[in-house]
Amino acid sequence: MHYLSAHEIRDLIRKKEVTAEEVTIKTLERIKEVDDKVNAYLEVFEDAVDSAKEIDKKIAQGEDIKDLAGIPMAIKDNICMKGRKTTCASKILENFVSPYDATVVERLKENGAVIVGRLNMDEFAMGSSTENSAFKKTKNPYDLERVPGGSSGGSAAAVAAGEAYYTLGSDTGGSIRQPASLCGVVGFKPTYGRVSRYGLVAFASSLDQIGPFTRDVEDAALVLNAICGKDSKDSTSADVNVEDFTTYLNKSLKGVKVGLPKEYFGEGIDDGVKKELEKAIALLKDLGVEIKEISLPMSQYALAVYYILSSSEASSNLARFDGIRYGVRAKDFEDVVDLYVKSRSQGFGNEVKRRIMLGTYALSSGYYDAYYKKALKVKTLIINEFKKAFEDVNLIISPTSPSVAFKFGEKADDPLKMYLSDICTVPVNIAGLPAVSIPAGLSDNLPVGLQIIGNYFKEGEIISLAHGIEKALSLNLRPNL
Amino acid sequence: MAVDKSQVDYVAKLARLEFSEEEKEKFVGDFNKILQFVEKLNEIDTENVEISISSYPMFNALREDEVKPSLSLDEVLLNAPDKENGYFRVPKVVD
Amino acid sequence: MDFEAVIGLEIHAELSTKSKIFCSCTTEFGKDANTHCCPVCLGLPGALPVLNKSVVDYAIKAGLALNCSINKETYMARKNYFYPDAPKNYQITQHETPLCSEGYIEIETEEGVKRIGIQRIHIEEDAGKALHEGESSLIDFNRSGVPLIEIVTKPDMRSPKEARMFFEKLRSILLYTEVSDCKMQEGSLRCDANVSVRPKGSTEFGVKTEIKNMNSFKALEKALEYEIERQINAIKNGERIVQETRRWDEAKGQTIVMRSKEEAHDYRYFPEPDMVYLKLNDEWIEGIRKTMPELPDEKKKRYIEEFGLPEYDANIITTSKELAAFFEEAVNIGGNPKTISNWIMGEVLRILNDREMEIKDVKFTSKDLVKLISLVEKGTISNTIAKKVFVEMFETGKDPEKIVEEKGLVQITDEGAIRDIVNKVLDENPQSVADFKNGKTKAVGFIVGQVMKASKGKANPQMVNKLVEEELLKR
Repeated sequence: MHYLSAHEIRDLIRKKEVTAEEVTIKTLERIKEVDDKVNAYLEVFEDAVDSAKEIDKKIAQGEDIKDLAGIPMAIKDNICMKGRKTTCASKILENFVSPYDATVVERLKENGAVIVGRLNMDEFAMGSSTENSAFKKTKNPYDLERVPGGSSGGSAAAVAAGEAYYTLGSDTGGSIRQPASLCGVVGFKPTYGRVSRYGLVAFASSLDQIGPFTRDVEDAALVLNAICGKDSKDSTSADVNVEDFTTYLNKSLKGVKVGLPKEYFGEGIDDGVKKELEKAIALLKDLGVEIKEISLPMSQYALAVYYILSSSEASSNLARFDGIRYGVRAKDFEDVVDLYVKSRSQGFGNEVKRRIMLGTYALSSGYYDAYYKKALKVKTLIINEFKKAFEDVNLIISPTSPSVAFKFGEKADDPLKMYLSDICTVPVNIAGLPAVSIPAGLSDNLPVGLQIIGNYFKEGEIISLAHGIEKALSLNLRPNL
Repeated sequence: MAVDKSQVDYVAKLARLEFSEEEKEKFVGDFNKILQFVEKLNEIDTENVEISISSYPMFNALREDEVKPSLSLDEVLLNAPDKENGYFRVPKVVD
Repeated sequence: MDFEAVIGLEIHAELSTKSKIFCSCTTEFGKDANTHCCPVCLGLPGALPVLNKSVVDYAIKAGLALNCSINKETYMARKNYFYPDAPKNYQITQHETPLCSEGYIEIETEEGVKRIGIQRIHIEEDAGKALHEGESSLIDFNRSGVPLIEIVTKPDMRSPKEARMFFEKLRSILLYTEVSDCKMQEGSLRCDANVSVRPKGSTEFGVKTEIKNMNSFKALEKALEYEIERQINAIKNGERIVQETRRWDEAKGQTIVMRSKEEAHDYRYFPEPDMVYLKLNDEWIEGIRKTMPELPDEKKKRYIEEFGLPEYDANIITTSKELAAFFEEAVNIGGNPKTISNWIMGEVLRILNDREMEIKDVKFTSKDLVKLISLVEKGTISNTIAKKVFVEMFETGKDPEKIVEEKGLVQITDEGAIRDIVNKVLDENPQSVADFKNGKTKAVGFIVGQVMKASKGKANPQMVNKLVEEELLKR
């Protein structure tokens, strides 16, 4: 039952073959059983059973329930939930209890979701392996010696290990798609502005976007239906109509034009990854999809733009963690400046400090034009290039990650090497486009992810293609736990 | 552009962070590597390119001037590391 | 060598909105600490700002009133600095793109009308407040997120007096437009100054200092006088002026160094990524222009042209929106504008200044004043009595007609009755009668005074004069 999809559980609950309470208890048991090995969770909510019972009560009273009602799920620990801790896997927020709900949490609750816990991540979502968590190392369910990817490593691993039917993560430079790829699950980053960021602890405001991890594409459509839409509390949320994304399932792909950017299949991409993608692409041709090689030369600059913009914004976004209003205050300090310095130096981990330093430098007097402004200009060029590409093709396919899951410590010492993990995903954030990573196969018994990038607000088209590939491949990946 | 230790000191001060000498040395190295990587951007002529703050045009997210309830004082001070009589307490601030 | 001062002002005014700039907490002043706070104005993790539309409206209104051009496409910026009253450790403000720019205010100096340039007006959020108590500071975030406009002038003022006149005029305009309540004691209007001195005739600027904590017009003028003298003396003594921030210490009558530039400010401004562009169209701006009230300068011009008021009087009356409204109400009820203006300039302002009150605090109405004036004009009471009635009216708010009636203050115009009093006074003062006969005409004045006194001021003065002379000649 742990490996059923959310829509299958929904059907079982509706048919009264199982109650929400039973499913929730089973999920909590599963977590107890495997999370010692996987370490996906930072906290499990044992009282989740209470909200499941509420749903059962509604069903018993004959009320209409929504698709996600009664289905156990969990959220990345940078999304605020009233009365619960939100730590961002950082020591500085170790004891922080949110007095409010993020908008996505409100929407999940309205949809009857049963939230069973908080998931591990790279501290403040900075990283590609979840090794930067201050609290624990999440393992890849396919190989416990390897990383689950990051920064939403806990969210990906929990779905892969059957510890939740779906989860939420956040994606700033690939933090949903890359771990989804490494853990063999579906990870969807919607268009910037599709999902409210209110209550998501900001890493880089102009790039962050919340999205789901699911077992299959249909589940992704269901979760997007629940969480997308304009929010008056987020100025950057888009006032764009949210269609029922499930109507994009089972669509004919005949005549759909897909571009393969040659820069995304070149040097630095592992052969095993390329091989699995080629197989999937071959199947698409059989489905009537028109495949076309395209070129996105500006994408090679996206990572540099990303590191300037994300670090600069982070340096400012993380200034509020100072030990004054919340968070951990250092024990010994001389004065208020020393209080800041000690609390922050003791509370933040190395990668976070590195990015704060880099961002502070990039914004500091005399460098703003050379770095930040320059990056905003190159961002324009990257956006224009994608726009032009979408005049010729409907969707773009690329690898999600240049390699399969790597070993712990393999890239931890070299920030640049780690940063290159995001080379295929980062341009999408810079342009604010929607993209999904779906499983494409196994290479050396480790999952390979395929990325589909769509035009602004074309999540529906992505779902159509992703669902087509999923059906054609019918992989049904499961780890050996 | 290359960074030296005095710049690392200056930036650390702005960011309210402190480091050991050893960490600073490492920063100089890391920084210069990253900056060298970032300098790739200088290959591109952006002379006549406008900046993009958002990815696609977004404007006028406004709210009406309406008062809604605030948090309770308990909620406001819920996470305060140090408080007194409804205030957050910090060491004396001097101008 | 003669020196001249170069002064520029930076003024922060709290806007009259009901809710804060980026959240729905109330802007109400003076409530218990930290009771007007939410995730947004506390800078909690994950909270996001959403701009209050009224803030934009008020800022546009201020811009139009100060003759600025309104910039149709602007964005917010972050100003990064660590301070315990700044909940996010950055302030959301505007940097490269202020909402309004290039305006001016005209002030009337002794050398004539002078235009003081306004460089920019931008919108931003206020910080919380730190209370200092022993070894601790206590932070209250109620004020955090209260909307402000910052008005930055060009360095166009050359004397503390000009600076004061500018600030007074600005306050008057902000009050007229209801952009801000301008309560300086509550901090809703604050003024900082940049001052430098240079040899008269020079076109270069000297090194400037920034002066803070001037909480009244008087303080602004005094602080600037002190600082200018300090700088001139320093230069004369061969010292260098240091660019620094100084605080006006009212008790000591000095400016004192606040923070040296040792810790240089590096605010790391960048566009606020949590917010989007603000785009204005003509319709929006013109809609606000339509709500613009008549401003002090226009009003003054009209008072001079329409009512024939002297420029000085028109200026004084229009400085306060409420006073001008009081005046116009009185005129509309049917009083003579000049007489009303004379009363306002005389008795009304005298008593208000004495009591340190404003027109909006008085108990009587404009109608009462018109009634009082008409009592004089009809001859029911004399001017002297009218002044007494006015004081009574001010104290009690009673109808002047009632006061006159109750106190029996109606003027005596009965010739026989006055003649009787005159004769009684003459009988009692034989010496004065003798003096008159010996050619000392001064005696007349004394006798008139005595008659007025005997009538408790009620006798018609013209009649008294006439009858005293008649009766004296008869003796």
